Amino acid sequence: MLLVPCPWCGERDETEFSYGAEAEVAYPADPSALTDAEWGAWVFFRANPKGPLKERWVHVQGCRRWFGVVRDTATNEFVR
Amino acid sequence: MGGEHPAFLWRTPEPRRSYDVVIVGGGGHGLATAYYLAKEHGITDVAVLERGWLAGGNITRNTTVIRSNYLWDESAGIYEHALQLWEGLEEELDYDLLFSQRGVLNLAHTLQDVRDSVRRVQANVLNGVDAEWLEPDEVAEACPLVNVSPDVRHPVLGATFQPRGGIARHENVAWAFARGADALGVDLLQGCEVQRLVVEDGRAVAVDTSLGRIAAGSIGLVAAGHSSVIAETARLRLPLQTHPLQALVSELYEQVLDRVVMSNAVHVYVSQAHKGELVMGAGIDGYNSYVQRGSVHVIEHQLAAALELFPVFANARVLRTWAGIVDVCPDASPIVGPTPVESLYVNCGWGTGGFKATPASGRVFAWTIANGRPHVLNEPFSLERFTSGALIDEHGAAAVAH
Amino acid sequence: MRFRFDGTEYEGREGETLAAALVRNGVVGGFTSIYLGRPRGVYTADEQEPNALVQVGAEPLLRATLVELEDGLEAMPLAGKGLLVTAPEARRHDARYVHCDVLVVGGGRAGCEAARAASGRVILLEQGPSCELESGEGLQVLTRTVALGLYEGNYVLAAERGRRAWHVRAKRIVLATGALERPELFEDNDRPGVMLAGAVERYRVDGMRAVSGGWSPRVHLWSQAGGRLRWDDRIGAPVPDGELRAVECTGRLTGEGLPEAPPFRLPDGDETTMFVDLERDATVADLRRALGAGLRSVEHVKRYTTVGTGSDQGKTANVNAIRVVAELLGVDPGELGTTTFRPPYLPVSFSLLAGRNRGALFDPARETPIHRWHVQHGAVFENVGQWKRPRYYPLEGERMDAAVLRECAAAREGVAMMDASTLGKIDVQGPDAVTFLNRLYTNAYDSLAVGMCRYGVMCRPDGMVFDDGVVMRVGEERYVCTTTTGNAAPVLNWMEEWLQTEWPELRVWLTSVTEQWATVAVAGPGSRELLQGLTAIPLDRESFPFMGIREGEVAGLPARVCRISFSGELAFEVNVDGRRGLELWEAIQAAGDVTPYGTEAMHVLRAEKAYPIVGQDTDGTVTPQDLGLDWIVSKVKPDFMGKRSFARLDTARPDRKQLVGLLPLDPDALLPEGAQLVDDPDAPPPVPMVGHVTSSYRSAALGRTFALALVKGGRERIGEVVHAPLASPPVAAEIVPMVLYDPENARRDGRPL
Repeated sequence: MLLVPCPWCGERDETEFSYGAEAEVAYPADPSALTDAEWGAWVFFRANPKGPLKERWVHVQGCRRWFGVVRDTATNEFVR
Repeated sequence: MGGEHPAFLWRTPEPRRSYDVVIVGGGGHGLATAYYLAKEHGITDVAVLERGWLAGGNITRNTTVIRSNYLWDESAGIYEHALQLWEGLEEELDYDLLFSQRGVLNLAHTLQDVRDSVRRVQANVLNGVDAEWLEPDEVAEACPLVNVSPDVRHPVLGATFQPRGGIARHENVAWAFARGADALGVDLLQGCEVQRLVVEDGRAVAVDTSLGRIAAGSIGLVAAGHSSVIAETARLRLPLQTHPLQALVSELYEQVLDRVVMSNAVHVYVSQAHKGELVMGAGIDGYNSYVQRGSVHVIEHQLAAALELFPVFANARVLRTWAGIVDVCPDASPIVGPTPVESLYVNCGWGTGGFKATPASGRVFAWTIANGRPHVLNEPFSLERFTSGALIDEHGAAAVAH
Repeated sequence: MRFRFDGTEYEGREGETLAAALVRNGVVGGFTSIYLGRPRGVYTADEQEPNALVQVGAEPLLRATLVELEDGLEAMPLAGKGLLVTAPEARRHDARYVHCDVLVVGGGRAGCEAARAASGRVILLEQGPSCELESGEGLQVLTRTVALGLYEGNYVLAAERGRRAWHVRAKRIVLATGALERPELFEDNDRPGVMLAGAVERYRVDGMRAVSGGWSPRVHLWSQAGGRLRWDDRIGAPVPDGELRAVECTGRLTGEGLPEAPPFRLPDGDETTMFVDLERDATVADLRRALGAGLRSVEHVKRYTTVGTGSDQGKTANVNAIRVVAELLGVDPGELGTTTFRPPYLPVSFSLLAGRNRGALFDPARETPIHRWHVQHGAVFENVGQWKRPRYYPLEGERMDAAVLRECAAAREGVAMMDASTLGKIDVQGPDAVTFLNRLYTNAYDSLAVGMCRYGVMCRPDGMVFDDGVVMRVGEERYVCTTTTGNAAPVLNWMEEWLQTEWPELRVWLTSVTEQWATVAVAGPGSRELLQGLTAIPLDRESFPFMGIREGEVAGLPARVCRISFSGELAFEVNVDGRRGLELWEAIQAAGDVTPYGTEAMHVLRAEKAYPIVGQDTDGTVTPQDLGLDWIVSKVKPDFMGKRSFARLDTARPDRKQLVGLLPLDPDALLPEGAQLVDDPDAPPPVPMVGHVTSSYRSAALGRTFALALVKGGRERIGEVVHAPLASPPVAAEIVPMVLYDPENARRDGRPL
C-alpha cells in the first residue's frame, strides 16, 4: 500500500488518490500544426521507464489537488 | 507426486555469438514464436533470451482463462485462431496441458451490460465464434454456484456464454512450447538479460546482453511489461504503460465450480483448477510499476466481489497472492508487427489478456518475422493505428478494470 | 471436554489443540496423504503441520495444530482437499486500522525484549495463545494474531483469531519470528510415528521417532519486504542478509541461537519414499526427475514437482528441497537462492479479507431525496452506476410494456414528471469560465446569455464523445453544467485535471453541486398550465423561451426553472435545494393529474427525437459527427478538446458508423438492443456486419416499434433495408432519418396558456 506524499496533506494511503501517469507532457500549443503522427504521440504515448518517473497524482479523496512527484518504478520509492 | 511433466524438457546450451533470429523474452509468447519459427518456417537458428528463469514472467502468474469472445472482427480473428490452435495443441506439442473447455460466463449486472453483451454475442456468432446469451435462470443452470438472486446489490441480469472457452495449466503450455522449440534446435538462453538493442543505419543488428553481444539477422521483442524499456534502447517509443496485475489461488477443495466466471461490474474472475484450487484475478493496480507486487486493498475488493457472486466461498482461504507486470495499451489490444527499425519486430501490449492468445500470438509473430511483414491476422494490430485513429477498443471485452 | 475425530469420541483438555489431544489420546495415524494414499499422523506442533488437516463444519483445511479444542468439536480428517459448503450463517469480520511507532512480530524472548526496549506506541503480534508481555501503557499485545503480509511502506496485514483483520502502518518493524524445525530425509520418513523432535517434546509423548533435520528461520516477512537472504551453512538454511530501511531482525530469525544442522547427505535407498513435501506427496525421486528434465532453477523444480505449493506453502519442505537440489547438482545451496515468498504467511479466509463489504455494504447505494416516494408508489428500480433510479411505475397488475406506453403517452398528451436529480451538476465560476467551457466542449459559449442554457457535447482528446449535458448561464461569470448520471465524477475530475495541470492561469473554480439540487422534470402539453398553478414565474411562451432559465418560487420553495426538454414536448426542469426535493415532488403530484415516469419512458421519448444517450448510443469510439451532431461542433473555434483528432485518417472516413433510425418492416417487431445488422441475412459466417442497434422501443406516439442504430455510412443508406438475423425471429428494418417524431420541433413550445 503506497504512501503517496501529497504536498498539502502529507503522506496518505494510495487509495485516496487517482494516478495521472507521466507529468509535464504539455498540451500542444497548436494541434492543427501537428501531423497525425505527432498528434497521436501526444494523445497515446507516455513515458514508461523502469526507474525514476516524474508522474502526476491527484488527491481525489482529500484536497483534490493535482501534483507531481518523482517515483522510482523499479522500487516504488518516492524520490522527492 | 509427478507424472504431469515429461522426463526431459530442454538443454542448457552455451550461447553462440550470432543467430538468424533472436527472440527477446522467454515467456509464453516468445517461446511459442520460437517454436513456430522452427516448426512452420524451418528457421531453427534461433535463440530465445530470457533474463531470469524460463517462463518466469506473466506466463506463470496469470489466471489461465482461455476464450475468444471479444467484440471486434479483428480481435475475433486472432483470439479465435488461438482457440482453434488450443484445441489441437496437446496433440501438436505432445504434452498434457490440462486444457479444459468448460465454458466461460461473462456476467451482466446493468441494463447497459445486457446491451453490450447481446452486441458481443451476436458479433461472435456472425464471425463463427461460439457464443450464447443467457437469462438469469439459464445462468443458474449453467453454473448453480452463481448467486442470481435479484435482491443483491448488483444482481445478475444475464451472461454471455462461450462453451469452448475454458482454462489450461499455464506453465505446461510454456514448457511444452519450450521443449518443442528446444527439440527443433532452438537455443533457450536463461539468465541472459538484454540490456540494449544495437541499431546500425536504421537496422537492428544485435543485442547487448549480460552474457555479451549476440548478433541477429532479425529480432523479435516479446518482453511484455519490459517492452518499453528495451524498445527505448533503440529509440523506439511504444504507447504502453506497465502496471502490476495481481492474482491469487486458494487452498484445494473438492470441485464445486466447473465453469470460468467473469464479472466486470462486480469485479472479479474465477475458475477452479483441476487440482482443486480457486484461481482468481481482478483489475490492475493503478500506477506504473515494475515491482511484481500490488496492494492488499485490491485483493480485499476482489474477495468481497467473489463473495457477492459466490457465497459458498466464504470459508475458502487465500493461499498465495502474487503479481505480474502487464503492458497496458490504450485500446486494450496488442501491438504485433514490424517497427520503423528494420529487422526489429515487436509483439506486446497484450496487457491483462495475453495468456489466451499464446499460440496465435506466437504463430503470427513467427510468420511476421519469417516474411518480414505482418500476417493478415496481426495486420490491424499495428503501431500505425495510433496515428490513423483506427484503434481496436476492447476495454469492455477485456473484462479487466484498467 | 469431549470432541469427535473421524467419528470417534475422545476426551480433551482446556487449552489443548486438536493435534495435542489426538496425540495424547494415542492417535498415531488417522490421516491419509493426498495422492499416494499413505497413512499419516500428526507431524508437528505448530503452523507448519503438513499432515493433520481437518474439516470442522463449514471450515475446510484447518491444521489440527492450530485448532483450539472446544467442547463438542467435530473434526473430519482430510486427504489434502477440503469441502466448500455454504455456512449456515454469514460471518462478518471487522478490520482495525492502526498506526504505531514500532511493530514487533513475534512474542518470544527476542520479540518481548525488543518490545520492552522500544519507545512510543508499540504493538506486538504473537501468533500463539500466550505471551509473557501484556498490554499496558504504550504497548498493545495481540495474541493469536498472525502477521500475514508485509507490504510497501511498512504496512502489515494481520489476522486475529482468524476473525478480525488488523492493518498496521508502522514507522519501524522488528521481526522476531523465530524458526521452524524441519524433517530428516530417510526412507518412509512420512509414516505415522515419525514426528519432529520439537513436537515430541511439546506433546510429551512416548514411542515416537523424533527427527530433526535442523531449523529454518521464518524469513517470510523479511523477504516480502524485499530483504535479501544468504545461506547460512551452519544451520543449513537461509537467513536475513543486508539491511532494510525500517525493518530489522532479531533473535533466532537471524540464525543466532539455533543449533547447528546435522550434516546433510542424501541417504541411500528408495528415494520414492523419502518425502520432501509431505503435503504434496513429493519425494526426493521427484526432485531428481526434475533435474533430469534439465531444470536448474528452484522455481522450475517447484513447479515441476509441486513442492512447496501445498496449503502449508512448503514450510517443512522448501529448505530441504533446496538442500537436495544443491546436493544433486553438486553446488552450494547458497547459489540456488529460494523461491519467492508471497503473502499470506498462513492461509486466510475470503470472508475475513472481504470484511464488512458484503451485501448492502458491498457498494454504496445512492438515493435521491425523492426515493421514498418512488418506493411507496411501487417503482421498479434500475441501477445506474451507484444510483437507484425508478425505471417505471407499474400500476396494479401492469407489466413493464404497458406501464412504459402509458407513461410515454402521458408525457406526450398530458402531464408527466420525472426525478432527474441524479444527473451530475457542476458549478463553474470565474472570469475565465467561458474560455474554459469553450476549450472543453465542442460548441462555443460566448454568445450564451445570462438566463439561458445550451446543450453541449464533450470529447476526449481522441475525438470520441465523452459526455453531454446542458450548460446553464446563471450569472455573469457563473455557469452550471449538467453531466450524465454515471459521468458526474469523471467529468468533474476531467475538468479539474485540465484546470490544474494545463490551464492554471485560468481563473475558474469548480464545485460539485449534484446533491445540492433536486431536479424534477415536468413534461407534456399540460405542463405549463399545471406548473403555473404552483408559481408566480410567468411560464408563457413569450416570457419564458425555450432553453431559458428563470428563478423564483415553485410550491413555495426557492427554485431555478429551466425550459429544457429531453422528450421534445413542452417541459420544465425545476431545481430546488436537495433537501426539499420530496416536498417539491409531492406538491407537483398534488397539483393535478401528473403521471410519474421512469428511465425507461425517458429513454423512449428521447429516442423518438434521436437525442443520444452517452454510453448507450456511444461506446467510446463514436464522434459527435457520427451521432449526426455536426451542428454542435464549432467551425469557428481554432481548437477545442478532440478537434485535432477529427482530421485523422480513420476519424474522417466517410463510411464510419453513423446514427440512424430503423423502422422494422413489421411494425410490431422489436429489434433487440445490441443486435448486429447485416446486409445479407443468409450469408454463412463470417458475415460482414454493417452496424448494431443501440436503442430499441415500442412507441406510443408512433404506434409502432422503432430503433436507433449505428450503421456504416448510414446517412447515405436511407431507404435501404438491413437485417438483424440473430433476433428471434429475425427482423428486417428500413434505414430512416434518425428523428422520427416531430422533426420540426413544433411540439416543444406546447399550447399557449
